[in-house]
Amino acid sequence: MNPANYVVLAAILFSLGAIGVLVRRNAIIVFMSVELMLNAANLAFVAFARMNGNLDGQVVAFFVMVVAAAEVVVGLAIIVTIFRTRKSASVDEPNLLKY
Amino acid sequence: MEFISPELDYAALAPMIVVGVAAIISVLVEAFAPRSVRRFLQLVLVFTTLIGALVLVVLNSGMRVLTGGQSIALDGPAWIMQGTILILAILGGLLMAEGGVDPSGDAFAPRASALPGSEDERQFTIRGYLQTEVWPFLLFAVLGMMLFVASNDLLMMFIALEVMSLPLYLLAGMARRRRLLSQEAALKYFLLGAFSSAFFLFGAALIYGYSGSIAFGPISFAITTKAGENTLLLIGIAMLLVGLFFKIGAVPFHQWTPDVYQGAPTPVTGMMAATVKVAAFGALMRLLYVAFGGVRWDWEILLWIVAILSMLVGSIIAISQSDIKRMLAYSSIAQAGFILVGVVAASPQGLASVLFYLIAYGFTTIGAFAVISLVRNASGEATSIRDWAGLGKKSPLIAAIFSVFMLSLAGIPLTGGFIGKWGVFAAGVAAGDAWLVIVAVIASVIAAFFYVRVIVLMYFADPTPDTAAVVIPSGFTTVSLAAGATLTIALGIVPQPILDIIANAGVFIR
Repeated sequence: MNPANYVVLAAILFSLGAIGVLVRRNAIIVFMSVELMLNAANLAFVAFARMNGNLDGQVVAFFVMVVAAAEVVVGLAIIVTIFRTRKSASVDEPNLLKY
Repeated sequence: MEFISPELDYAALAPMIVVGVAAIISVLVEAFAPRSVRRFLQLVLVFTTLIGALVLVVLNSGMRVLTGGQSIALDGPAWIMQGTILILAILGGLLMAEGGVDPSGDAFAPRASALPGSEDERQFTIRGYLQTEVWPFLLFAVLGMMLFVASNDLLMMFIALEVMSLPLYLLAGMARRRRLLSQEAALKYFLLGAFSSAFFLFGAALIYGYSGSIAFGPISFAITTKAGENTLLLIGIAMLLVGLFFKIGAVPFHQWTPDVYQGAPTPVTGMMAATVKVAAFGALMRLLYVAFGGVRWDWEILLWIVAILSMLVGSIIAISQSDIKRMLAYSSIAQAGFILVGVVAASPQGLASVLFYLIAYGFTTIGAFAVISLVRNASGEATSIRDWAGLGKKSPLIAAIFSVFMLSLAGIPLTGGFIGKWGVFAAGVAAGDAWLVIVAVIASVIAAFFYVRVIVLMYFADPTPDTAAVVIPSGFTTVSLAAGATLTIALGIVPQPILDIIANAGVFIR
């Protein structure tokens, strides 16, 4: 199977994630979409590692997983704080900061 | 395939190792030290570490090494930026340590987890609990920034970006007062920041696909040898730039800046505004010059557009702001545009001028936010510009110091901001971008209007009953404010020592 197909799949997943961030209103779903984008990048790295014939891309994928886990910790802490304060995780409701 | 373990130059990495180890110790202090001594221990640890790391940076400043298997480059510009970041972090840390301005404690919520307005929060406030978890965050953020300006491959740059950003997202949400605004700022900063770093990462994947390597040297080599097939390369560069433009707050990736600057606790805003700018511009220049120097003609156009948009949008929207922190946020967007004029020059002169601009901008910004943290009324900081009317008559000294910062940001002679602006504009003209410099000069005239407006309001309006009062701070803020003001003026009157240091630093190594 041609590894280039995986790169195309990665691009599709990345776009789905980006669209998710832009159109979904729940902070948790927005955050999941960001994670989808990171994992799409991982898939691209691994596919390119196969195409380039070196291991750099696979090593990157491991690091990205660690970073994504750290990001979950920080992100969920912030989202849960907002949820407890406002009883809602919608990204439309915190709208005090403007103009 | 076998792995070759990378050689590490421990002497050159010492400043970062010191900060990293101290950050971990700082977490342990949070976990094990009793509450009564925690704040004292943290302050001693943080300031010894930052000063110690600064000394190591100065001792190391002659080194020019690539270490960690080419993934970290410690060269002249890297030392200058690491040193600047450390000094700015010390000044910002002093602001964060201030405990004498807010009657109920410092600038941070006693417990970030307690609901705003709840009984828990009231009890924590009455008992005078102070948040000390901000100190490990500060150290981790500084570690990320130091690594960011020295990273010489895409993976290291991504990790540094995250290590820098994650603590800042949390720090933005920890204000003692106006907690809803602060939490909202943290949410916006986090979601948009994570979104932009995903773009950075996918861009890195495309560049890896194009060149077969994540290190800047081989990427640069691949660009010179592979002519033609560069679709992946161009999309990759654009996506990497999205991530970095977000961090420097350039239009059209600036939407988070005003909200976060306004919502975050003022000491954090000051620290972040100054240090992140240095770190992100350092990373941006290394990426563009070292890795993508060969396709300068392709990225130049992108930078022109972003620079012009940043300068004009930042300057024009700042005029209509009624909140001083928001106004400075738009001002920082405009400043990012001015600095990009020096970046796009892509010459040693441009690099030197950007370094000087970042130093001058950093000290001025920290000082300006130090002043904002002192101007208060009954509900906390008086950030509405209206409440500053007549401040010059009530508190002449603070008004005079703030005027110096405003003049420096506007680029008036005898301040550091003037020399910085003059440097980047001269580099722009020398690089043949005279038309861009003309736009920049027009934008700085527009920008001068809103800086000077604050000065006029402070001196030529009569105090009203709403006029805020200046709180006399403890030593922490005083030192930070004095250092910011002195350096802003010193950089304008005797810039030569710093210009010499920058000139001796040379350019990025490859």
